[in-house]
Amino acid sequence: MTAVLLKLKRANPVGWSADQWRSLASGVFFPALGLALFLLVWHAGAQQINTSLGTFPGPVQVLEQWNNLVEEQRQENERRHAFYERQEQRNAELLARNPDAEIRWREYRGRPTFFDQVVTSLVTVVSGFVLASAIAIPLGILIGLSQQVYRAINPLIQVFKPVSPLAWLPLVTLVVSAVYVSSDPMFSRSFLVSMITVTLCSLWPTLINTSVGVSNISKDLQNVSKVLRLNWVTHIRTIVIPSAIPMMFTGLRLSLGIAWMVLIAAEMLAQNPGLGKFVWDEFQNGSSDSLGRICVAVLVIGVIGFLLDRSMLLLQSWVNWDKNAIVR
Amino acid sequence: MNQKHLELTQVAIEFPTPRGPFCALQNVNLTIAKGEFVSLIGHSGCGKSTVLNIVAGLYQATTGGVLLNGREVDEPGPERAVVFQNHSLLPWLTTYQNVELAVKQVFRGRKTRAEMREWIEHNLELVHMSHALHKRPDEISGGMKQRVGIARALAMEPQVLLMDEPFGALDALTRAHLQDSLMEIQADLKNTVIMITHDVDEAVLLSDRIVMMTNGPSATIGEILEVKLPRPRNRIALADNAEYNHYRHQVLSFLYEKQRKVEELQPRRETAASDAGKDASGVDEPKARA
Repeated sequence: MTAVLLKLKRANPVGWSADQWRSLASGVFFPALGLALFLLVWHAGAQQINTSLGTFPGPVQVLEQWNNLVEEQRQENERRHAFYERQEQRNAELLARNPDAEIRWREYRGRPTFFDQVVTSLVTVVSGFVLASAIAIPLGILIGLSQQVYRAINPLIQVFKPVSPLAWLPLVTLVVSAVYVSSDPMFSRSFLVSMITVTLCSLWPTLINTSVGVSNISKDLQNVSKVLRLNWVTHIRTIVIPSAIPMMFTGLRLSLGIAWMVLIAAEMLAQNPGLGKFVWDEFQNGSSDSLGRICVAVLVIGVIGFLLDRSMLLLQSWVNWDKNAIVR
Repeated sequence: MNQKHLELTQVAIEFPTPRGPFCALQNVNLTIAKGEFVSLIGHSGCGKSTVLNIVAGLYQATTGGVLLNGREVDEPGPERAVVFQNHSLLPWLTTYQNVELAVKQVFRGRKTRAEMREWIEHNLELVHMSHALHKRPDEISGGMKQRVGIARALAMEPQVLLMDEPFGALDALTRAHLQDSLMEIQADLKNTVIMITHDVDEAVLLSDRIVMMTNGPSATIGEILEVKLPRPRNRIALADNAEYNHYRHQVLSFLYEKQRKVEELQPRRETAASDAGKDASGVDEPKARA
């Protein structure tokens, strides 16, 4: 046994040290093991569950549905392409016959595919999250700096923080349709409703964490600021914000996670375009493929949530002054 | 040397506590001449830091007051620069930027960009930190951080330099090294310095006068010892010097005979409430809320 290992070590085709092999094992082997186990349990478990729409889909069926969705997207692209080509041709003919002819360009209106819904959801969540951050960060700094403002606003935060998105949704819908009246709207109403709901629900973690981060600035640094007589702009820029950045990002990450969860629920309930609507439509559709397609949506929602969190981490390691801080 | 530069008159301070006001200091009278180096020594909790914070303007005296060149001190300001016990550098700025923040604040409109740059580098040179201009505080040692803290304070061109146990957190060798640096700088610049210390040797070596404080509550100045050792002082030569040892002995006898601190074996929790206001240099524990 030892002899074999020694031979292997001597041969060492890649030229890696034992440490590198070990880090490869922990970096690739264990995650792969976990994934394999999960797929196995899923596969075995799925066959035991019989629903009114047939057997619960296992990994293979879900992969099939994924391929179907990709194929639908491809066909849709082709159809759109063909539509524009026909339109161009028709217009060109019209112009050839009569140079003064009135030409109309129509936009292609196909049924939104799965990937269209993903894009809609992403745009909505990012807009809602950015709006929430734009409100929460300055307000959080204000609350953290002033005990009086904190006392004034804290009860409101505590009351509104636990409100479910589903409770906000009807109010937001009615208010938006009453207030946002325009013959040529820049945003669709459904987009606004989803976005505002996301904002209302994802405001709180950033707000609370920013204010805690700001109120815990070291006393010594505050004294430095006083001795230097920094004006409030410089004080906030050089002392408050850098101190609060780690807490702020904890809040931002929580907020983004909540924003993504809330959005799917809001889209489902309000039938607003997006991934939530896709899931709901499939559920109502009730074909034998529906469960598989919902599973695809669930996985995609998970992966996107994960990627959103990673991108926040990336932003944090880019913004944070403490490059040694362990972010996970 | 006899002009009144800094004057503390009948200074007393009370902190509100749940059990009524706590009198930390009373009847503190002290006059300091320009260019003088004064140490405050006493047991922990005797209000040394409080005196310094009142001079810095970070605390307001309940009665009495502080005059600097005839003007009352009522808020913090760069003409009374503070060197904090745990350096208090901004961890997200390099040593250069830390000093720059102070210089920009103090000399805005009075120095050009190039002059500021030169002045920052000059002050870091003074504390022998020119080799680490662009290092962050977490990349340099504790002694170096304290040097940068001193450079930042000196760069404000203060009328009074306030040092709150500047070398307390350092090892003995680094401390000796920094004490020598400080003596050199002081001989050069002739700053007025008030330094808080726990260290009898440090006090005798560096000071023109040592202000010894009685134990709190209601702490006040117990004795003032004038140290008439000639400058420049050399720690090795002084080790065997009878006069030096005599001064040392006087301070020690004040601290351990006249003002012997009786440490009660009661749990500290009881006194924690009244201690809360005493020591401003302590880092506040982060308190969670929300």
